[in-house]
Amino acid sequence: MDSKMKKAIALVAVGAMSLTTLAACGNSNSGSSDKKGQVYYLNFKPEVANEWKSLAKEYTKETGVKVTVQTAASDTYEQRLKSEMGKSNPPTLFQVNGPVGYANWKAYTADMSDTTPYKLLKSKDYALTDGKKVTGIAYVVETYGLIYNKDLLDKYFQADWSTVKSMKDLNNFKALKTVADEIQAHKADLGVEGAFTSAGFDSSSDWRFKTHLANLPLYYELQQRHIKTQPATVKGTFLPQYKQIFDLYLKDSTTDPKQLGSKTGEDATAEFAQGKAVFYQNGTWAWSDLQKAGMKASSVSMMPIYIGVKGEEKQGLATGSENYWCINSKASEADQKATKAFLKWVVTSEAGKNAISKKMGFTTPFKGFPTTSDNPLVEAAQKDLDSGTKAVAWDFSLMPSEQWKNNLGGALLKYAQGTGSWNDVKTAYVDGWASEYKATH
Amino acid sequence: MTTTSGKTIRRWWALFALPTFLAFIIGFIVPFILGVYLSFCDFNTIKDATPIGFKNYAKAFQDSEFWVALGQTVSFAIVTTIIINVVGFAIAYMLTKAIRGATIFRSIFFMPNLIGGIILGWVWQLLLNGILQQWGASLTLSKNYGFWGLVILVCWQQIGYMMIIYIAGLQAVPTDILEAAEVDGANGRQKLFDIIIPLMMPSITVCTFLTITNGFKMFDQNLALTGGAPANESELVALNIYRTFYDRMGFEGVGQAKAVIFFIIVAIVAMLQNKLTTSREVQA
Repeated sequence: MDSKMKKAIALVAVGAMSLTTLAACGNSNSGSSDKKGQVYYLNFKPEVANEWKSLAKEYTKETGVKVTVQTAASDTYEQRLKSEMGKSNPPTLFQVNGPVGYANWKAYTADMSDTTPYKLLKSKDYALTDGKKVTGIAYVVETYGLIYNKDLLDKYFQADWSTVKSMKDLNNFKALKTVADEIQAHKADLGVEGAFTSAGFDSSSDWRFKTHLANLPLYYELQQRHIKTQPATVKGTFLPQYKQIFDLYLKDSTTDPKQLGSKTGEDATAEFAQGKAVFYQNGTWAWSDLQKAGMKASSVSMMPIYIGVKGEEKQGLATGSENYWCINSKASEADQKATKAFLKWVVTSEAGKNAISKKMGFTTPFKGFPTTSDNPLVEAAQKDLDSGTKAVAWDFSLMPSEQWKNNLGGALLKYAQGTGSWNDVKTAYVDGWASEYKATH
Repeated sequence: MTTTSGKTIRRWWALFALPTFLAFIIGFIVPFILGVYLSFCDFNTIKDATPIGFKNYAKAFQDSEFWVALGQTVSFAIVTTIIINVVGFAIAYMLTKAIRGATIFRSIFFMPNLIGGIILGWVWQLLLNGILQQWGASLTLSKNYGFWGLVILVCWQQIGYMMIIYIAGLQAVPTDILEAAEVDGANGRQKLFDIIIPLMMPSITVCTFLTITNGFKMFDQNLALTGGAPANESELVALNIYRTFYDRMGFEGVGQAKAVIFFIIVAIVAMLQNKLTTSREVQA
């Protein structure tokens, strides 16, 4: 090979290399110049990531508008949103989890009062407002409680060693404890490994305890104090009850508490789906995973989480929303418009409605959506609502920060493992609230 | 006198150096300057930052978790640097002797280094939890499990890489000196400590530099192995910074300030180490 040839090859190679470097920088502002605008949705729910993707594809096929859907991994939404918002093509449609989440992203929310989803809301309570404009719209109403395996529980009711004989009597903490203790004592007879699934504390699933379960003592305290907005301090009046239910989860469980740190939400799902446990604290959204794991709709239902508060026989399931759509006010006009059009299509077209209510299995607060569902947990929630109980509100959207929840989760794990005390949990809950409120206000 | 290759380099250097230099500016210099600036700002996303002076630094200095994590990182860096270099050197020494299949062993020892940190973290999490289960424990039971688990993982990963550098160094030790030493009646111990190691100081400088800085910067493996559990106790400083930045709304600037403090500490440590080991380098 002569030297000229070598030089030429070298030139081409170097040229190619620098081109790719440059291309990487230039890429970022393509797309938004398009007159039609584009939609970029940062989805909060990993369990329906694929359903959103295919819905987006369908919309693009119909209208030619580009819709990108990205999903943040479990418990990493805020991180993901923060880094995506900093990019030159930020999400045009994102989610906040309620008033506290909204406060963080205030500067990024556009007015949604002229959008179709807002007009279709059955109750305007499902919208977040700042007094003047509508800044967020809940698109899914969810319910959580104690999911139970009907077949196994029926087996328990019929056993000659059982004290509680029907669902009707299982309406307070004392009864729940009796049932759980007896199941645990006779686990071989029922063919289970424990009454409750493992209370996994892997950081992607500890929200079941640091957020959802912690909502119950918070709810009762706020009820007692007649408070509706975020208080600067909490007293922790109902923490003894919180301890009571958490202790029950730990004691009557499939798993040694020392191993909870490595257990995940998927482990709990698998245990429940395989009939290794009777109770599983989770919500309506868990159905898609349970179904995939092979459970029949007829053998799953849900009951309220009783923690031992007086009069809890009237307590219902916990229903609310932590999924509010917000439109990014810093996106270009065209993109905001495109996003509104996309949302309109999602809540009005057959394809959109079908995807949301059937494929994703969500209950929405919008008019025009089917009221029945294939999701047995949604059915259970509906039945609970009709039976005249009082639903527990999702007050966890008032929790001061993610940090507060994480600290509580850490303290709970240490308590569960036996390496920390309940006092630390109390400190994280009560003192942590005051200091986090101060730090974030 | 200029050789032909020197001429070529003089003519063409820009073509080869500039693209990389450009990447260095984009990927390192600019983010670094921006990062220092942001540490004096209050911001949500890096686009809307407002300067607030030293407030972030004040908050960072008051955060006890940060200092605990920093202390933990220092002990982690010390422990891993010692283990990795001693073991890496020993294996290299063994594999430069005429052992059957030395080349195969070299490849095998090097391989762990080709696996990404997050995957390693997950794999080792399964392995270690599987072992700990025998005693009814798990990695997150106490911070010590997390710490030593991470030490095992990182040693396993990096020993092979340092070994390769040491092998190259060992092969460069002139054999005539060793032969001369033998003729003079030096035993194996004397040959190793008085001849080979002094001559290997350049390799040792490089390897200790790499292991110390790797130890300080440890992130992926820490995140995947324990994620800081229980209650952030097994968290090293890089993870603490990440968590401050991403998990706490309104604390982005504090995370940035911590990163700057961290940079200064690592820079000082690395410079000290470099000075210390280069001062011991000798010529054959």
